[in-house]
Amino acid sequence: MKSLLLGNEALAQGSIDAGLSGVYAYPGTPSTEITEYIQKSKLARELKIHTTWSVNEKTAMEAALGMSYVGKRAMVVMKHVGLNVASDVFMNMAVSGVNGGLVVVVADDPSMHSSQNEQDSRFYGKFAMIPILEPSNQQEAYDMMFYAFDLSEELKLPVLLRLVTRLSHSRAGIEIRERRNPNEINLPLDTSRFALLPMNARKQYDLLVNKQDSLIEHSQNSNLNRLKKGKKGGVGIITCGIAYNYVMENLGEDESHSILKISQYPLPKEKVKELYDHCEKILVVEDGYTIVEELLHNYFDDNDKIKGKLSGDLPRTGELNPNIVGKSLGLFQEKLASIPSVVTPRPPQLCEGCGHIDLFNTINELIPEIGDKNVFGDIGCYALGALPPLGTINTLIDMGASITMAKGAADAGMENAIAVIGDSTFTHSGMTGLLDAVYESTPITIIISDNSAVAMTGAQESTAVGRLHKICLGIGVHPDHLKTIVPLKKNHEENVELLRNELKYKGVSVIISERPCVRLSRDQKEVIKAKIAALN
Amino acid sequence: MKTNIILSGVGGQGILTIAAVLDTAALNQDLFIKQSEVHGMSQRGGAVQSHVRISDKEIHSDLIPEGKVDLILSVEPMELLRYLPYLKKDGWLVTDSEPFINTANYPEETHLFDQIKKHPNHLIVNATKIAKKIGNSKVANMVLLGAASSIIPLSENSMLEAIKKLFQHKGERIIRLNIEAFSEGKKVAEGITNLVADQ
Repeated sequence: MKSLLLGNEALAQGSIDAGLSGVYAYPGTPSTEITEYIQKSKLARELKIHTTWSVNEKTAMEAALGMSYVGKRAMVVMKHVGLNVASDVFMNMAVSGVNGGLVVVVADDPSMHSSQNEQDSRFYGKFAMIPILEPSNQQEAYDMMFYAFDLSEELKLPVLLRLVTRLSHSRAGIEIRERRNPNEINLPLDTSRFALLPMNARKQYDLLVNKQDSLIEHSQNSNLNRLKKGKKGGVGIITCGIAYNYVMENLGEDESHSILKISQYPLPKEKVKELYDHCEKILVVEDGYTIVEELLHNYFDDNDKIKGKLSGDLPRTGELNPNIVGKSLGLFQEKLASIPSVVTPRPPQLCEGCGHIDLFNTINELIPEIGDKNVFGDIGCYALGALPPLGTINTLIDMGASITMAKGAADAGMENAIAVIGDSTFTHSGMTGLLDAVYESTPITIIISDNSAVAMTGAQESTAVGRLHKICLGIGVHPDHLKTIVPLKKNHEENVELLRNELKYKGVSVIISERPCVRLSRDQKEVIKAKIAALN
Repeated sequence: MKTNIILSGVGGQGILTIAAVLDTAALNQDLFIKQSEVHGMSQRGGAVQSHVRISDKEIHSDLIPEGKVDLILSVEPMELLRYLPYLKKDGWLVTDSEPFINTANYPEETHLFDQIKKHPNHLIVNATKIAKKIGNSKVANMVLLGAASSIIPLSENSMLEAIKKLFQHKGERIIRLNIEAFSEGKKVAEGITNLVADQ
């Protein structure tokens, strides 16, 4: 029988079967289940594959590069905005190249189901000048891992593998292939390419630029990029990754259209030209930004012939779906029932009994005194504190920005600036900002809402567990202004008073608000207790 | 044969368990399956849905096109209506009558039922009540699956086998509870109407 797997799980199983030695990642929807699957895999444990979560995407990618450096196959996994965090090593390891196969798996989130933007990672791949793979379905995601490692090892470049939410979080039956063994340790013959001093980097960058023709040739010959010619002079469709499914859902058995399915980049220019010459009109169907459509405008002069998002045939924002694509193909759409007006929205909200709620109630008590625009938030469940009825949080930009934005606001003269950040977000990207604030003794109050978990993505282990006090003291927070509260109704008055006092202090205050996530299982709580005990 | 089902409810209500039974049963019968689900932020008490597609031929889209759904199976009445644009003209609506109220402006229940009853093929079951009677309100999802089972083109046996497989690690008692819930749901539906799906 086939195995029933999510797109993420299929890719994860594929990576194990293709000879993975280590996965490095920080949780982030829609990418989280890839690493979780490998963590739970018995086979992965037997093979001693590294699976522990990293502190953030940058540390994850650097560790993956280290594993590749010694010749083993490594994978690094993140959501799209995680690649911003890792972009420094990402851009530079394209120049140094890799040794063992290295695959960067990035899950984009068109429609922003659980994200603050819908950036398209394919642009990063193009920026770094490395091959990009984009599966259309779960089986391709599985099979592609073998090819991705092979391609990486052949070209000596990292390979970017792009997923989107709908593929990550959709299940199908998967056929499993024969497994191959991980690589043995095999150090690079010449390590100088990994030492990117200008004289070495120039050589390496030349090499990268000179590899580009070979990358295009690989794309041209890849059976992931299939051209099927239909009627001459008809409509030609270029469609990428998951968008291919929506095209096929609409066209079904109709063979009159010409279709170029793209699952490997850089674009196979000759195949694109062949389609262009064969057809009267070209429709580009891609989920995300308009990377292919823009390239086509570069390749060809007749801009009217190229249709897609830029021409208004498809919407620029949000994910594609079968209906939107059907409309762009000019297919008839019957009139649909509408949602009855009696139905009201049901947005996500903090869980019943969540400690964040009590923390926000504490802060809200002081808002009449300090003003209602002073609370800088961060990424995590507590971001829901920006919504009614709480309405505590004013800003939410990127991992760690609460502390540094509060600092900038305080530098500009804002009094009573408050930063609210989760424990795991703090270790991910908040510690460096705290040092900035401590260094200048900026008058801000930082509340670390410590629930001992990476809660939003499913209560994964937090690297912050048991370490927050020591980290804050080590960074230089004054012991008199490092406080701990327990956000419970019975402590409300006391907590309000403590926060009021710390707001008066004209330096950095850190209040650690400790209450475990209600989503943590009894077993998880036991593990956390044992970890804290081992630290002390 | 191609069947499109939307499962709907609120994060944490157990629609993914229903999906898992359908997926497992379909694979057992050597059918193709695609099933999309919601992870992440919306799972926190928000509206969630799962698209389940079962076919004897390869399935392309993970998402069901609007107007093509054969059955909306909901564990909550308002969440049923949220996906009405997806329903085929002769499609089926099956829901638990028990509302899940976690918003301030939840509508009058009778208004919801009025809307559901406008549709010719509907089945409103108090699955939560039946589940409580059996011994655990958590198995309301299996009561609903049982109630809708005759509309779903999978054999009853393969669904029951799937339930056994999925709850294997939880022990014999939980398996029996879920199977009883399924059977009770099926019984209720038999009494109400002739559920014949167009295959």
